[in-house]
Amino acid sequence: MMQKGTLSIPKIREDFPILKRKINGNKPLIYLDNAATTQKPQSVINAICNYYMNYNSNIHRAVYQIAEEATIEYEMSRKKIAKFINARSTNEIIFTRNATEAINLIAYSWGRANIKNNDNITITEIEHHSNIVPWQILAQEKGANLQYIGIDDNGYLKMEDCKKCLQNRNKRVGLLSISQMSNVLGTIVPLNEIIKMAHDEGVLVLVDGAQSVPHMPVDVQEMNCDFMAFSSHKMLGPTGVGILYVKEEILDKMSPFIGGGDMIKEVHKHKTVYNDLPYRFEAGTPNIADVIGLGAAIDYLNEIGMNNVREHETNITSYAINALSTIKDVTLYGPTNADHRGGIIAFNIGDIHPHDLATIMNSHGIAIRSGHHCAQVLMKRLDVPATSRLSFYIYNTKKEVDIFIDVLNEARRIFRI
Amino acid sequence: MSDDIYREIILDHYRNPRNKGKLVDADVSIHDSNPLCGDEIDIHLKVEEGKIKNIKFEGRGCAISQASASMLTEMVIEKPLSAVKEIAKNDILENIGLLNLGPARIKCALLSLKVLKMGMVRYYTDKDPESAKKLDEDTKLY
Repeated sequence: MMQKGTLSIPKIREDFPILKRKINGNKPLIYLDNAATTQKPQSVINAICNYYMNYNSNIHRAVYQIAEEATIEYEMSRKKIAKFINARSTNEIIFTRNATEAINLIAYSWGRANIKNNDNITITEIEHHSNIVPWQILAQEKGANLQYIGIDDNGYLKMEDCKKCLQNRNKRVGLLSISQMSNVLGTIVPLNEIIKMAHDEGVLVLVDGAQSVPHMPVDVQEMNCDFMAFSSHKMLGPTGVGILYVKEEILDKMSPFIGGGDMIKEVHKHKTVYNDLPYRFEAGTPNIADVIGLGAAIDYLNEIGMNNVREHETNITSYAINALSTIKDVTLYGPTNADHRGGIIAFNIGDIHPHDLATIMNSHGIAIRSGHHCAQVLMKRLDVPATSRLSFYIYNTKKEVDIFIDVLNEARRIFRI
Repeated sequence: MSDDIYREIILDHYRNPRNKGKLVDADVSIHDSNPLCGDEIDIHLKVEEGKIKNIKFEGRGCAISQASASMLTEMVIEKPLSAVKEIAKNDILENIGLLNLGPARIKCALLSLKVLKMGMVRYYTDKDPESAKKLDEDTKLY
């Protein structure tokens, strides 16, 4: 593992073929939309190719050699994931299609069995639609109360709201489903404290780790969450794979979400004996190639070290926030202290609509996001229809931020502000 | 490239939109949004003697969507419905002078035409089901 402070960005950039891409003729691609999806290093692309070229086969049942190799590699990725987030056992790791499906799995399986009329489901104003809509569906079906923890004007969760929402006088079943890092404001939520507060009231906690797990060290045992969902493609891995972590004692009591092959031990005409954990929750042929690709992504991140990833992003985020703060008419959203946020910066500039700004950026090869970022509840809270957003990863440089700032000034010139 | 898009006329209509506001005696009011961008347009129509007697729009969104809506109102006011219903995608793009918009941004430019045609579908539903059907098909193209 690399030592602290030895992160070589030029060397890392060499590993990402897409960073050689030119846009609009001769402009190098400056990719600043990493909260949406990240680029893939050659080692991930190779791992996927290698599976298809050398041992493509279905896993878990066939006895021939290539199937055995595929099974070993697929299960190796599960081991790598378990270690990466410090789960107690691989039985606690379930592969889904994406983080959204992982949250839905909990809403449909655990939620339907446990949440009843008048029970509380608590979420926050910073949630992504994937952590809002499944709970609305469940609350409507069960007659449960869906309640929101609000944020203050600096993008921090209101702790007094948190206390109020988590109070559980009647000792009913309750759930808190909460992002560890906002995909718009970048706010890092103090989860250790909040999870303890929830558990003291008998409320279980699902963590949406889609933005946090790729960018900072995350330890599910230390945090003591009950469920966590995150996504392969936001952490250098391929699309099509989500990861669900569930404490084994909870998972063992949950009913299957999807029925079919691979999740069974015995099937009779009118009853089925389900398979052991975690296979009970992975019906049908899974996304073998991409799970194996994710394994290579985890190797790559381990090589760099998650503390180094976090440190690089904190530096570049501070740098960008400072640069943006000097530009007239820029409104920044979220905490200004880079220690309290990840590498995600949402902003607006004058009356330039984010889509127009993104179009101008694109003509200079810069990919930034514009819109509501699947967080319309938060947009309403901020009282804006949309924002622009840049989000960093390990391959981004301060020089790229400088070019972005130059183009921002050009946008001001074009719009005459 | 972006200098070509954000020409004076687009910025002028964005900052000083024509025919913007409500219409109290509207015959038809209709709303739609672009789910990708969140651009929103409301169009209010007053029809008299087969002509668009008055048109107002409300909305928020990018310069292209709002300028296009503003320019569309100028294009159709006082025009007979029979002519307005024939307006096609390229007429709008020519009107705003942006013939080379990419697939993502073209939806911004065409949102107001879509809403106008949705309004005309409603206006024609009882009076002329044939035209309503044709216009309804048009709205699905944008």
